Amino acid sequence: MTLSATDLLGLCAHFMLLSLLAVGGAITTASDMHRYLVVEHGWIGDAQFTASIAIAQAAPGPNVLFVAVLGWNVAGPLGALATMTGTLLPSTLLTLYTTRWAAQRRETRGVRAFTTGMAPLTLGLLLATGWILAEPFLREPGSRWGTLALVGVTVAVMLRSRLSPMWLVALGALVGVLGGV
Amino acid sequence: MTEGDDAPLQAPHSATDLFVSFTRLALQGFGGVLAVAQVELVERKRWLAREQFVEMLSISQVLPGPNIVNLALMLGDRHFGWRGAVAALGGLMLVPLLIVLALTLVYARFSDVPQVAGALRGMGAVAAGLVISTALKLVGTLRSNRMGRALCAAVALATFVAIAVFRVPLVWVIAGLGSLAVALAWMRLGS
Repeated sequence: MTLSATDLLGLCAHFMLLSLLAVGGAITTASDMHRYLVVEHGWIGDAQFTASIAIAQAAPGPNVLFVAVLGWNVAGPLGALATMTGTLLPSTLLTLYTTRWAAQRRETRGVRAFTTGMAPLTLGLLLATGWILAEPFLREPGSRWGTLALVGVTVAVMLRSRLSPMWLVALGALVGVLGGV
Repeated sequence: MTEGDDAPLQAPHSATDLFVSFTRLALQGFGGVLAVAQVELVERKRWLAREQFVEMLSISQVLPGPNIVNLALMLGDRHFGWRGAVAALGGLMLVPLLIVLALTLVYARFSDVPQVAGALRGMGAVAAGLVISTALKLVGTLRSNRMGRALCAAVALATFVAIAVFRVPLVWVIAGLGSLAVALAWMRLGS
């Protein structure tokens, strides 16, 4: 798909806004990326959205790279550039400028109120993101039980062992190849 | 070679050293890099003491952006200023970005093959499980939260419902629920 320059700038601007809201990592804003890219603009479909995140999880490196895959699927190299610049630039500048500031004021009431108040919100966001990733599969009767089983096994293994997530991603791929989901 | 946590601290030799080290670290991280970062930076390189790692991570968590990205920026900035920050970030992102885009192209060509589509669905389900388990692992940190368990549960639940059920844009959730939660925390911390 080709996007107009205006659409690309809008895409970049929206990801810049999300970059500054992504307390707890870019994945916490994935639900809003879904709303913007799939629901509002219809640039990519549900399956492609979830596949983008799965590809980034399957590859080595920071999970934030799913943002580049999303951009690529929307509008090729320029799309990837727009989403990656949008995601990284604002938070990077903010981090560099505030690191020393925050380090000196870690014990003040304002900073502590921020961390204390935002912690449960961040967890709620993570859970919502997990739900939004699984929900399209759960809606289809054909993949419902396989998905539930894989999510359950993943959660159980991650909470009980220190196994690298890499092996679970491989297990998911294997189950998928064999037609389990 | 695994060194103990008590070995004397080291420093990166150059911005290039930062770039190469963060590339190595990123390439080992499937499904997230933070666990690998702890092993590499604290145990193998000795660039950070365990306490310093935790301290940087807690500041990273307050700031927007992925924790590992913020951590790389802070560590790079501490040693070589802007050059160090750019080198560490570049090391973390550049090679993995090329790999992930290559995989995307391969996937686009073979997405019609049922097995490939199935593999991606399976990995998607695991990805959902990984995100959920990360959230569950972090639930323990709320125990020491000064807002108290009931209020924390209420904020987390309200956030989940707003985003997952009503699909409210994140910016409104943070502006509304976020401000409310921070204000409540401010009052609790004062009493």
